[in-house]
Amino acid sequence: MTLLPRDRQVRAGALLTVLVVLVAVLGPVAAPYAADELVGPAYGAPAPGAPLGYDYLGADVLSRVLLGGRSLVLTTVCAAVLALLAGATIGMLAAWTGRLADRAVLWCADVLLAFPHLVLVLLAVSMLGRSRPLVVATVAVTLLPGTVRLARSLTLGVMRQEYVEAARLLGYPRRRILFREILPNVTTPLLVHLGAMLTWSAGLIAAMSFLGYGVAAPAADWGLMVNENHGGLRIQPWAVLVPVALIALFALGVNTLAEGLGRTVARVEEER
Amino acid sequence: MSAHPLLRVEGLRVALDIGPEVLSGVDLTLDPGEIVGLVGESGSGKTTLATALLGHARPGARITGGTVTVGDVEILGLRPRELRRVRGGLVGYVAQDPATALNPALRIGTQLAEMAAVHLRGREVTAEVGAALEAAGLPSDRAFLRRYPHQLSGGQQQRVLIALAFLPNPRLVVLDEPTTALDVTTQARVLASVREMCRDRGAAAVYVSHDLGVVRGLADRVAVMYAGRVVETAPLGALFSSVSPPGARHPYTRGLLAASPDVAVRGAPRPIPGHAPSVTARPPGCAFAPRCVAADALCRTETPGQVEAGPGHVVACHHPLSGAVVPSEAAVVQDVVGEPLLRARDVSFSYGSQRVLHEVSLDLREGAFHALVGESGSGKTTLARVLSGFGGNVTGDLSYAGEPLAVSGADRPAELRRRIQYVFQNPYRALNPRHTVAEILRTPIRHLFGVPGDEARRRALDALGRVALRPEIAGRRPGELSGGERQRVAVARALVCEPSVLICDEITSALDVSVQAAILELLTTLRRDGLTVLFVTHDLGVVRAVADEVSVMHRGRIVEHGRTDDVLDDPEAPYTRSLVTAARGAVRQTW
Repeated sequence: MTLLPRDRQVRAGALLTVLVVLVAVLGPVAAPYAADELVGPAYGAPAPGAPLGYDYLGADVLSRVLLGGRSLVLTTVCAAVLALLAGATIGMLAAWTGRLADRAVLWCADVLLAFPHLVLVLLAVSMLGRSRPLVVATVAVTLLPGTVRLARSLTLGVMRQEYVEAARLLGYPRRRILFREILPNVTTPLLVHLGAMLTWSAGLIAAMSFLGYGVAAPAADWGLMVNENHGGLRIQPWAVLVPVALIALFALGVNTLAEGLGRTVARVEEER
Repeated sequence: MSAHPLLRVEGLRVALDIGPEVLSGVDLTLDPGEIVGLVGESGSGKTTLATALLGHARPGARITGGTVTVGDVEILGLRPRELRRVRGGLVGYVAQDPATALNPALRIGTQLAEMAAVHLRGREVTAEVGAALEAAGLPSDRAFLRRYPHQLSGGQQQRVLIALAFLPNPRLVVLDEPTTALDVTTQARVLASVREMCRDRGAAAVYVSHDLGVVRGLADRVAVMYAGRVVETAPLGALFSSVSPPGARHPYTRGLLAASPDVAVRGAPRPIPGHAPSVTARPPGCAFAPRCVAADALCRTETPGQVEAGPGHVVACHHPLSGAVVPSEAAVVQDVVGEPLLRARDVSFSYGSQRVLHEVSLDLREGAFHALVGESGSGKTTLARVLSGFGGNVTGDLSYAGEPLAVSGADRPAELRRRIQYVFQNPYRALNPRHTVAEILRTPIRHLFGVPGDEARRRALDALGRVALRPEIAGRRPGELSGGERQRVAVARALVCEPSVLICDEITSALDVSVQAAILELLTTLRRDGLTVLFVTHDLGVVRAVADEVSVMHRGRIVEHGRTDDVLDDPEAPYTRSLVTAARGAVRQTW
């Protein structure tokens, strides 16, 4: 793959993603004020030195935007990647082992799917506390069933391929067949799925913050900012619109990128 | 050739949206009632030409020039609405795969009535449907009309499609490899109904096929395509004549003839060197020049024009050849005297409650080239897989060199797993698309022999050499190879295991004839080095060409076995007789 992707969709997705991630990661370095520093009037309009105005308490919106992305992006990415790794492993093993293990895994996945994601996450957080590792873990658990099912069905499809039969016939060790023969053939669709998971996970985590179960004030967070400032939407819209736009752009960017990548790979394979 | 042909194709060009041409100026004419066989290998553009006759180009391609005239109608100039009336009504179409061409959710009767409703009027419909079905050799009672496609056999489905195509009484019917997916005996019946329907209804037909044998049993005239052009058109007699000159004139046609195995002729089919260029990489001048024995500088720069070579016989070649196509030497087949190496005794196999093998016994002699013949569903692949150690619900005994052999590969000692190698039918699924050829070959070497990297690499390259592939192939992935190259890699993967027995499951059925000939040649070379081969096939021509011994399977039993010549010349079992008749019939019927 070249350094600059040729596909337009991949390029647009990558650009958006990189932009939002840069704001989230480098933002804290550039923020002019601290998150809890009250520097202007409540719901104050944009003014020199505060291009996005002030929030419901009088803190600088720009500073809180710059400070409030890191936790969201970090939690989102951790949860989605964790769900991918765990889900792919469980799904592949279930397909490979078959029989009872496969049924048990499917049954668990279906039970999990039956719960509304947000309810599940809120239940866990209100019972066990709101530490970041716990949030990551619970969000990952809600994403798990879909990933397990996808990985399982992809693996079943590849297992029926004759090159896997040939490897079994030659008596290759099981680990080799799983990692060298099967895994490379299921990675592309799983990567596309990762894009979708990042979107869901971002939405879920932002929703948790909005409902007050995520990052606690006075720390800054995009989801939390929407909650705090939605009362003043008509007098100081920037305090809500900018964090909402950033969450939306992140979800859009990641999804576009993943779908574009999937399409590019599929097309390359078709042309061969 | 009459002065008023039914179909006239002139200068037809079809190009891909990304630039290269699939068809570069095709001319073809058809008289009323005439059947033309359109022959070519994959990538020659024959299916593109067939669909262009209905004014259609597949997505990603478009018709860029030329004319297609049927009767007085210029097809390519029609507006969409007129085109819809012409399709089906004036020009009928029969697709290659009946399983996907019929709507699985609609009853047969509904689908026939739909076609009739579009092109015929009111009261005639029922009578016409009945007549079309009967002409196609199908029952026309209510019970049959109420069936769904999946309740019919492949042959019946294909005949329903043929009845559908002929139903509106079109003047021309385009048939795109309608018998490729069918067994020989079914194929013979389907061809017979095509012939009858054309004759009874006075329709002309373009019959697309990769198989010269099929065309030979059906067509009045043959058009041979190569790399987007018709390179030779000739009356059937002129093309296949082995006694009266000139016979086939174009070197490619002659190559195809020499590569096609014939049930009546002993001797290995001869491959055409090189392989057909892909659409994006066709050479300038005559596209066949790089593979041609007679090519010179002129051929590589100038595209040859059409030259009259006899009455109704046109060839596009600078240096047309003549005379009979000489069959290659017939010394390949030998009597096998070796001891049985691999034996099966009373082997049965079931899928769930369904038994597909019934107490089958087979002796594979050391050094033999043994063919296992049967139609689909006869159990030949199942038997091959049981011998190879795929396991499953098997009863009966296997033995190798006198010692008992476990049914499941996992229970066999590593040494025996290595000695018995299996090559899959479909080279597109048998190689891991994510691995390079080098990895595909090195893995079994390292796994079975535990040799270090350099030695493994040397042996892998050595195996590539034995299957006549260039060493550069080692760095490629299967997706970058042609079908024939992939199948060679699959054979090489078996060879690196240094097997004694090679079990080949229809390994040439997905390949073009010229490529098949090359694979068969490879196998005969390998058996000269002492390899024992079990070759599963449905093609009696291939059996005659390369096998010393043959076992014929029917409904899960071996109904006849013996020396190839004995079995094919004087078949005893009624089933074998019908197979041989069907295979010869496809060739002989018109003489």
